[in-house]
Amino acid sequence: MANYAVSARSLRVVRARNEILHGLDFGIEAGQATGLVGPSGCGKTTLIRAIAGAQRADGELTVLGRPAGHPELRREVAYAAQSGAIYLDLTVEENIRYFAAILRAPRGDVDRVITEVDLGTSRGALAGQLSGGQRSRVSLAVALLGTPRLLLLDEPTVGLDPVLREDLWTLFGRLRDSGITLLVSSHVMEEAARCDKVLLMRDGSLLAHDTPAGLRERTGATDLDQAFLRLVAGGGPAAPEPAGSRA
Amino acid sequence: MIATTERVLRQLRHDPRTVVLLIAVPTLLMVLLRFVFDSAAEFARIAPALLGIFPFLLMFLITSIATLRERTSGTLERLMTMPLPKLGLLTGYGTAFGLVALVQVAVTSGVSLWLGLTVAGPIAWLLVVTLLDALLGVGLGLLASAFAKTEFQAIQLMPVVVLPQLLLCGLFQPRDEMATVLQWISNVMPVSYAVEALQFVAANPAVGADFARDLAVLAGFAAASVLAASATLRRQTR
Repeated sequence: MANYAVSARSLRVVRARNEILHGLDFGIEAGQATGLVGPSGCGKTTLIRAIAGAQRADGELTVLGRPAGHPELRREVAYAAQSGAIYLDLTVEENIRYFAAILRAPRGDVDRVITEVDLGTSRGALAGQLSGGQRSRVSLAVALLGTPRLLLLDEPTVGLDPVLREDLWTLFGRLRDSGITLLVSSHVMEEAARCDKVLLMRDGSLLAHDTPAGLRERTGATDLDQAFLRLVAGGGPAAPEPAGSRA
Repeated sequence: MIATTERVLRQLRHDPRTVVLLIAVPTLLMVLLRFVFDSAAEFARIAPALLGIFPFLLMFLITSIATLRERTSGTLERLMTMPLPKLGLLTGYGTAFGLVALVQVAVTSGVSLWLGLTVAGPIAWLLVVTLLDALLGVGLGLLASAFAKTEFQAIQLMPVVVLPQLLLCGLFQPRDEMATVLQWISNVMPVSYAVEALQFVAANPAVGADFARDLAVLAGFAAASVLAASATLRRQTR
């Protein structure tokens, strides 16, 4: 039996009478990098927030052996939201120092994470004056503080140039190799090819959960974009979406 | 908690204009008031009450906006997924803005004294009351931000929370000359006690039991509003 970092059984999220996640069943294996892909508004962010404990959910959701949102998980699960969630009126370093103090991260951690996301040259700059890509790297740096066992990254590479994106995926690979479990969402299918496993979502349901190679093989597609389209056309297990729902 | 205090003060340091406004505005308003009356005696009569209102109003405003920004920027959600006690976050905020308020009330009171405000009682008590009053503004501001979804709404909570207290605190009409119902309402409004305590300290050389009660009410209201604000923070959204 696989060792799951996250396992969900009939996971449902209902917000303002809209069902956003329609009873998901899946397991994310520990020590792997899993890509969470699907079109905008399919429920990726809601799923990540539920795993982070920031969104109430029905059904069973176990994270590192405990129910999602358990106080013990606040040190072990690191969540970087898509919106950045950093203080724009503080410098890069001040942001990271503050969150490091909250997490009681060791002293050298501030310098370590700044180096890891390659923000050394702008550590004294106000976060509000950075580009969108730089801001999301500050947010990522905060998520790397301390010793998280599970990293939840919501669209960390959005708005980044190809070189930086490549760097980040190399970093994700390194983190995975050091034993951290990663769940990385993206609406770019090709990025998921860098992961061990891919969770394919559409309209609040899971379309597929497989290795990138497995997905291509199953659909006979050459790339994941095509694989996704074929899965949709093949009438995957997607439930009809209630009117007006969005993640 | 100390980390949060330090962070909030650092944010202010990057925003010198806000700091200048915070310190200078209540002082300039007192100067304006002095020239409106054009008489030191008249100024001395009304200044204690206004000393209870300006710091309260300003601290309420900046605290509610600052915490609302924390909610809308996603940083609050992030902090709530971290091992940080909710009350620790709020007391961190309270301490930071309390320190700002300390400078603010010291400058405003000092200038008011120079302008002709006479204080029969100990000046230290004047500072204690104005500081508690500013902390009350911080506490209510923290609480009010829970009831606003946008900065637009937060600004409009200011007249809701502050203006009725301004009207009923005894500034325009002595409280015991108001209709009974209005007196009741005034009695449950914390700013009334701040104004009463300030007028008391200005007029009496020694403080008494009534004054102590006023201080206790102010401190109680400030603490209760921080506790209530902490109850409005949710780690999980529905």
